[in-house]
Amino acid sequence: MADRLKATKRMKRIMRRYYTEAKYARLLGKKIAWITSGGPVEPLIAMNIIPIYPENHGAMIGATKLGGKMSEYAEGLGYSQDVCSYVKDDITSSITKESPVPGGLPEPDMLICSNNICGTVLKWYEIQARKFNVPLFIYDTPFVHTEFTEEAREYVNAQTKEYIRFLEKHTGKKFNYKKMNKVGRLSLESMRLWKAVLDTAAHKPSPLTAFDAFFHLALIVTLRGKKVVVRYYKSLLKELEERTAHDIGAVDNEKYRLLWDNLPIWFRMRWLSDKFASHQAALVADTYTQAWCGVIDFIDENDFLGTMGEAYTRIHLNVGVDQMADTIKTFIKQYDVDGLVMHSNRSCKPYSFGQYDIQRLIQEMDIPVLMIEADMTDDRKFSESQAETRIDAFMEVIKQRRK
Amino acid sequence: MHLWKLLNKGGNKMFTLGLDIGSLTAKGVLMKDDKLFEKHLIPVGYNSKKAALLLMDELFEKAKVKQSAIQKTVATGYGRNNIDFADKTVSEIICHGRGIHFLLPEIRTIIDIGGQDSKVIVLDDGGNVANFVMNDKCAAGTGRFLDVMARAMETEIQYFGELALRGKNPSKISSVCTVFAESEIISLVAKGENREDITSGIHLSIARRIVSMVKRVGMKPPVAMSGGVALNVGVIDSLQKLLETPVTTTPLAQYGGALGAALLAQE
Repeated sequence: MADRLKATKRMKRIMRRYYTEAKYARLLGKKIAWITSGGPVEPLIAMNIIPIYPENHGAMIGATKLGGKMSEYAEGLGYSQDVCSYVKDDITSSITKESPVPGGLPEPDMLICSNNICGTVLKWYEIQARKFNVPLFIYDTPFVHTEFTEEAREYVNAQTKEYIRFLEKHTGKKFNYKKMNKVGRLSLESMRLWKAVLDTAAHKPSPLTAFDAFFHLALIVTLRGKKVVVRYYKSLLKELEERTAHDIGAVDNEKYRLLWDNLPIWFRMRWLSDKFASHQAALVADTYTQAWCGVIDFIDENDFLGTMGEAYTRIHLNVGVDQMADTIKTFIKQYDVDGLVMHSNRSCKPYSFGQYDIQRLIQEMDIPVLMIEADMTDDRKFSESQAETRIDAFMEVIKQRRK
Repeated sequence: MHLWKLLNKGGNKMFTLGLDIGSLTAKGVLMKDDKLFEKHLIPVGYNSKKAALLLMDELFEKAKVKQSAIQKTVATGYGRNNIDFADKTVSEIICHGRGIHFLLPEIRTIIDIGGQDSKVIVLDDGGNVANFVMNDKCAAGTGRFLDVMARAMETEIQYFGELALRGKNPSKISSVCTVFAESEIISLVAKGENREDITSGIHLSIARRIVSMVKRVGMKPPVAMSGGVALNVGVIDSLQKLLETPVTTTPLAQYGGALGAALLAQE
C-alpha cells in the first residue's frame, strides 16, 4: 500500500490550531459564529469572526464512534429517531459537552444558517438560537428545480446585503469590503485547488481514494478564504502529483474503480476502505466532497459578494434529481468507474431522496449500482453482515463483467 | 481444462462440496464431476461453524464418501466467513444465480427469499449475474416475516402456503413491518376474519414487497424462485398474480445456493 499522505499530519495540526483558537476566541477578542456546512462563510472570515461547523464536529463524533450513543441521548430528550444524527449529536454535545474536541464546541455569539443543504437546519439552528440566546441569520436559497431564475438571483443577492448588515450590527464594526475581496479570491483559489486535488483521481491507478478526500475535505469546508487553506492544498496536490508521476496508487493493484454517493459512513471508514481494497477496488471519487468545488464556474473572482448567492444556491443538494444524475454521469465518465456505490443515509433526506431514481438512470448506462443502508454517524443503523454481503456480491458482479 | 481436472481424468472422480450456511438453515451439496451426488440440510442454531461441521458429517455419511475425497469446498450464505476450512467464499447472489442456471437454464430472473434478506437476481444470456437488488435493512419481505406470521396463525410453516391458497377474500395487511403486521393480524383475528383469508393476505403482503424489488431491478422473464420459501405455494401463487407472469421453481430450490457453490468449486 502507498504510504500515508504526508499532508495528513499537517492537516491535523491545522485543525488542532483552529479549534484551540476558537476555544480562546473571547480572550483574543474574536467572535464565534456557528454556520451550516453549505453556508456562506467568506463574509465571516472577512470580518475576523471564527466560523464553527457543528457538521464538521458531527463528522468527528461519527469517526470517534460516539454517534449512536449521542443520538440515543437526544432521543431521550424527545427528538425522533428519524431526525438527522448531526442534529442530535450537536444538541446532545451542547448539553453534555461530550465531544472529541476537549470541552466541546465553543459557544456561539451568532448563528448563520443556509437551507441550501436541507430544511432540517432551520429548526436545528432555531433550537440552538433559543438555547444560547444568540441572533440567527437565515440565508434562504430557493430550490433549483431546473434553472436558476433572475428572480432567484435578486432574492439571494438581497440576502447577501442583509447578511452584511447583520454582521455589522452584531460585531459593531463596518464591513471590510477590501478584505472581502481578498478572502473571496482566496476562497475561489482554494476551491480550484481542491478540484485539482480531486481531479488527480482520474489517473490510473488513483493516487487518492474517496476516503482520503473525506478526510482532507475538512479545510475547504471550515476555513476556505484563508491563506493556510491555499497553502495546504498546494502541498497536498504536489504530493498527489508525485504519486501519479510514479504510478503509485492509493489502493494496492487497483483493478476496479468506483464512485461513492452521499456522505461517508464516518464510523466505518476503515472497514469500508479495507473491504473494497480486499477486492482491489478503489473508490476513486464521490459526489460529496465534489460539492465544495462544483460551483466554481458561477463565481466571479472580481465580484465574489455579488455572485456568491447564485453559487451557494446551485450546490448539489439544492438542485433537481435530473441535475444530480447528470453530475453523477459526468463523474462516471471523468473517473472511468466500473460501478456506483450509493449510501442511503437515514440522516440525510435531501441526499438520499431520489437515489432510486438516480439508480435507475445510471443503470440505463449499464453501470452497476449498489445501495448500502446506513447513517453518517449513528452506528445503530448499520448492519455489518448485511453490508458485507451486498458489497461482496456487487464486487463479484463487477468482476464477472470484466471477464 | 484445468490442470487438476486433467490430472484427475483417469479413474479418480472429482468431488466438490458447496455449503450454504444461512441464518436459519445450513445446506450442503456434494457434486461428483458435473452431477449432483448428494444433498443435506439441517437447522443452523447459534453457531454456524458447528452447524457446518455437523452438516458435513451427516452429508458424508449419507453419501458414503470420505471427507478426504473432497477436492474443493466453497462456502456461501451469512455464515460463509466462519467456515475457515473452505477454499473460497462467494456471496449468495452469485451462488443462487449459478445454481438455478444449472437446474433451469432458461431462467433470467431469480427471486430468493432468505431467512434474513431477500434478493432478486437478473442473469444475462450466459447465466452470469447482470444485476441484483436486495431488501433494505428491515425484516419485511424476508423468510423471517413468514415464520413469525405462521406462528401467529398457529400453523406449521410447511402448510402455511396451502392455507393461503384456500383464502377467498384476502385480508388487507397494510403494515410492511414484521412487528406491526403481527399486531395487525391479531386484530384481524379479533375482528373475526377467517384464517385462510388472513393467511392469503399475509402472502400477498410479502409478495408486494418482492414485486417492488423485481420492478426496481427490471424483470426479465422467465422467472423462478430459489431458496426454501420456493416450497411455499402461497408465495409462488401471490407472486404470479402480482407479476402477471409464471413463476417456476424446482424441488431443489432450497439447495440453489449450495449447488451454485459446489459448481463454483469445480471451476
